[in-house]
Amino acid sequence: MMTALAHIPALLAQGSFVAPPLEDYLRVLPELVLSIFGMIVMVIDPLLDPERNQKPLGLIGLVGALAALASALVMAGHPGTAFSGVVQVDNFAIFFHIVVIAIAVVGILSSYEYMAVQRIRAGEYYGLILFGTVGMCLMSSAIELVLIFIALEISSIATYVLAGFRRRDAASSESSLKYFLLGSFATAFFLYGVAMMFGATGSTSIPVIRAALLGGNGGLLAYVAVALMFVGLGFKVASAPFHVWTPDVYEGAPAPIVGLMSTGPKAAAFAVLLRVLVETRAPGWFWMLWVSAALSMTIGNLGALVQDNVKRLLAYSSIAHAGYVLAAFAAKPALGASPVMFYTAAYAAMNVGAFVVVSHFANQGERYVTLEDYAGLGRRSPALAATFTFFLMSLIGIPITGGFFAKFYVLNSDLKSGLVGLAIILVLNSAIGAYYYLRIIVMMYMREPRGDVPVTPIPAAAAIALAACVAATLALGLFPGRVLDYTSQSAEQIVGLNTPTNSTVGQ
Amino acid sequence: MNIPSLNPIILTLVTFIPALGGVLVLFIPRRDRDIKLFALVISLLTFVVSVHLPVHLHRNLAGFQFEVDKPWIASPNIHYHMGIDGISVWLVVLTTFLTPLCVLISWKSIHERVKEFFILLLLLETALIGVFTSLDLFLFYFFWEGTLIPMALLIGMYGHGRKVYAAVKYFLFTMIGSMFMLAAIIWLYTHTSPNSFDFAEIQRQIHAGTIPGFSTAAPWLFLGFFIAFAVKVPLFPLHTWLPDAHVEAPTAGSVLLAGVLLKMGTYGLLRFNISLFPEEARRNAPWIMTLALIGIIYGALVAMVQPNMKKLIAYSSVSHLGFVVLGLFSFTTMGLNGAMFVMLSHGVATGGLFMLAGIIYERRHTYEIAEFGGLATPMPKYATFFLVTMLASVGLPLMNGFIGEFLVLSGAFQARPVYGILAATGVIWSACYLLWMYQRVFYGKVTHEVNGALPDIDLRERWALAPIAVAALVMGVAPIMWLNAIEPAVQTALAPFAQQLAKVVSQ
Repeated sequence: MMTALAHIPALLAQGSFVAPPLEDYLRVLPELVLSIFGMIVMVIDPLLDPERNQKPLGLIGLVGALAALASALVMAGHPGTAFSGVVQVDNFAIFFHIVVIAIAVVGILSSYEYMAVQRIRAGEYYGLILFGTVGMCLMSSAIELVLIFIALEISSIATYVLAGFRRRDAASSESSLKYFLLGSFATAFFLYGVAMMFGATGSTSIPVIRAALLGGNGGLLAYVAVALMFVGLGFKVASAPFHVWTPDVYEGAPAPIVGLMSTGPKAAAFAVLLRVLVETRAPGWFWMLWVSAALSMTIGNLGALVQDNVKRLLAYSSIAHAGYVLAAFAAKPALGASPVMFYTAAYAAMNVGAFVVVSHFANQGERYVTLEDYAGLGRRSPALAATFTFFLMSLIGIPITGGFFAKFYVLNSDLKSGLVGLAIILVLNSAIGAYYYLRIIVMMYMREPRGDVPVTPIPAAAAIALAACVAATLALGLFPGRVLDYTSQSAEQIVGLNTPTNSTVGQ
Repeated sequence: MNIPSLNPIILTLVTFIPALGGVLVLFIPRRDRDIKLFALVISLLTFVVSVHLPVHLHRNLAGFQFEVDKPWIASPNIHYHMGIDGISVWLVVLTTFLTPLCVLISWKSIHERVKEFFILLLLLETALIGVFTSLDLFLFYFFWEGTLIPMALLIGMYGHGRKVYAAVKYFLFTMIGSMFMLAAIIWLYTHTSPNSFDFAEIQRQIHAGTIPGFSTAAPWLFLGFFIAFAVKVPLFPLHTWLPDAHVEAPTAGSVLLAGVLLKMGTYGLLRFNISLFPEEARRNAPWIMTLALIGIIYGALVAMVQPNMKKLIAYSSVSHLGFVVLGLFSFTTMGLNGAMFVMLSHGVATGGLFMLAGIIYERRHTYEIAEFGGLATPMPKYATFFLVTMLASVGLPLMNGFIGEFLVLSGAFQARPVYGILAATGVIWSACYLLWMYQRVFYGKVTHEVNGALPDIDLRERWALAPIAVAALVMGVAPIMWLNAIEPAVQTALAPFAQQLAKVVSQ
């Protein structure tokens, strides 16, 4: 069994390489559109006045992201595999494409004024966001481990650079460097895992691996491969014990980028996890994920309790939320895959929204990011405080918000799979979590405003971003049915209806 | 108001008119007077519409009426299922009765952020009504949690003294309590087949004994619901949040907290703990009744030594709610009728007492009993209203407090004579602390010069207090108007106990 990729040199040598059909290109249309617009940004950037280029470039980036969103719908009309079976367009891929591109749209909107306020030269900023999104998109549709690795690198490298964009601030450079060093280390682990998996099954193509593993091939090597790949991906989703980088990186990176990278690459990495763990029917990851989930929830929430910096607080909260998602992984695959997808969407809506607020409020040089700065915001900017409160309520998991249903579905899948222990850990953690989110709300509404913190009116772009996030969070909280139907369908596709559902090896 | 066609939508109307009003308040310009008037009109309208319910309730029918059942979310199977019986109808009316009075009493005491105050108040009303009308466990939880945030914000934003501490304490106590209930609800959902949140459906499956693993899980499920409700009641020793919350809350917050929010707990005990788990309820009755008894006596004794008028009333609530729980777990018709009646009369009388305390606070900015004395001289009308309301709370015959406590005591005596005897002392204690407080505040000479010049209550305050006094009297003279609706519902709730008794007897 040779992989599709392994064919290519042979084909080239024979001179019989046939150009792939047009439909194959439609199946990567969003990626193509994003890349083209990314390049346009790069080309136009030197033509503009570097002091005043933030807005035109932002506009191009926005148009590109919106076009990609539209082209994702075109892509949705052409399900199937492309490029000799390395890319697969299914409901699963479409779902993550839409989530990730929507995150990019909101990220660009929230950067629009931010860049001018921070006096950051835009340069390749928007280009990098678009390229990063290409990587994230490809991560969800690739069904070839090497391509997944490449996609992971595309998305990671873009985010490494973006994290360091507040050049005048040492914290930002530290953030970028830390993220880069640890991140490359983690991707190396992933690559090792890929190699081991190739050794175990003779292929890097997910359908082939799946067939091999179901056929009983693999042995010890497969276990090692799964563990190594999980280390790499666990880093990307900031799950314990691979979470240590998160607070520092989030604290230093520009706030809109934190909003982006705490949701986009995470969503993509969860997509990859679903592909490489669930779709391949890989063995031996049950306890690994159980422990990681329990640790992430507990460490994230306990860590967040003592934070005074809102960005760090949200960083720890993001670790905790990664834990909630992993708790769904630990459930039976047939039950757990759909909550994972729902959770990533809901988390994206609420967390990006929260970071839009943080980005706007931080003001020049990101000076106002401590909890104390938020004192009395409810009085000074009722709209900003109210939206932030709404996102925090969603993060707590209070009904009528998407966060509630997300947590609810996870709990549901765990209880149905008989994981009462994990469910109890989750419930207790939600209670702890309520406390620190509440601290922010208390600060905004129940403390006297501080005069020395400027509160500027919300600019139009940020207002649109906020409105979009509120609408998405509310829609997921009031009418989760449609999204859930979609995620359940996609989950069925990747878990596979015909395979026995009791094959959660190691459970 | 004989509009039979209103029946299918009446509950939706009653529940959502306040919330709709709250949303509309958002768009009213910040002219405080307009906002107050509008809130008053909305809350009065809600009351008028809600009167439809007891008028058109078929009093001799036991089941749920005015039902509406529409699918809301397909997966999980959540229905917009509402309906009321002779128990919940009065709690709905109690809520709609107290809210306009809350608006009136807050007319002057709320100076700033008036808009937010009335929005929160109206949202709170919707959530409270929703708790009593929902028949879908999920919907119930939704509204249950929905009461949490507005109330916490009302305390934290508009309270006095250690308001933030009180708000956070209230939030965390209730939040953690309800987490356990959520876990129990989800367990029920996942183990019923077909999966259902529907109260009637779950009750049916429990009675039919078709839920796998129910007998082992039942004690835990009972406990899960019980903790959530016991915190809310509050039952000794979970009551510590109550005095803090009450003392620091604004008057309207205290009125709704004592008048309605505490009833959510006792209502939940009756509706869920007793109706869904009759056997567990019977098994656990001794220690629950003991806790209730401790609450009655301990609450009264602590109330007696309070130097702070509002704290005294707060502890009297602990004592009175002890009567309710005692009546509920006596499993006698009289006990349950009495418990229901105490809920209503306590809502009216204690709500009134908090309003009276708020009136004097507006004038003197203190609740310390020692700061007053001889108030009957400068404020005769105020003293009269206080006397009437206080006597209602004491349980003077012909006032509403008497009926309920008498029924509860007879019920308790029937079930367990010792409990009845001990609980009866609670009646004496309540006379002691309330009369003593009245004496210290109103009789004798004016001890502080400032008090001599205090203005008596004005027209608005009289309008707010008169309904309380009238209701207290009417309920005391003609309790049958209430009891004839309560009785059939109580009989339904007690049906399983009668069967159990019959089984025991036949053996």
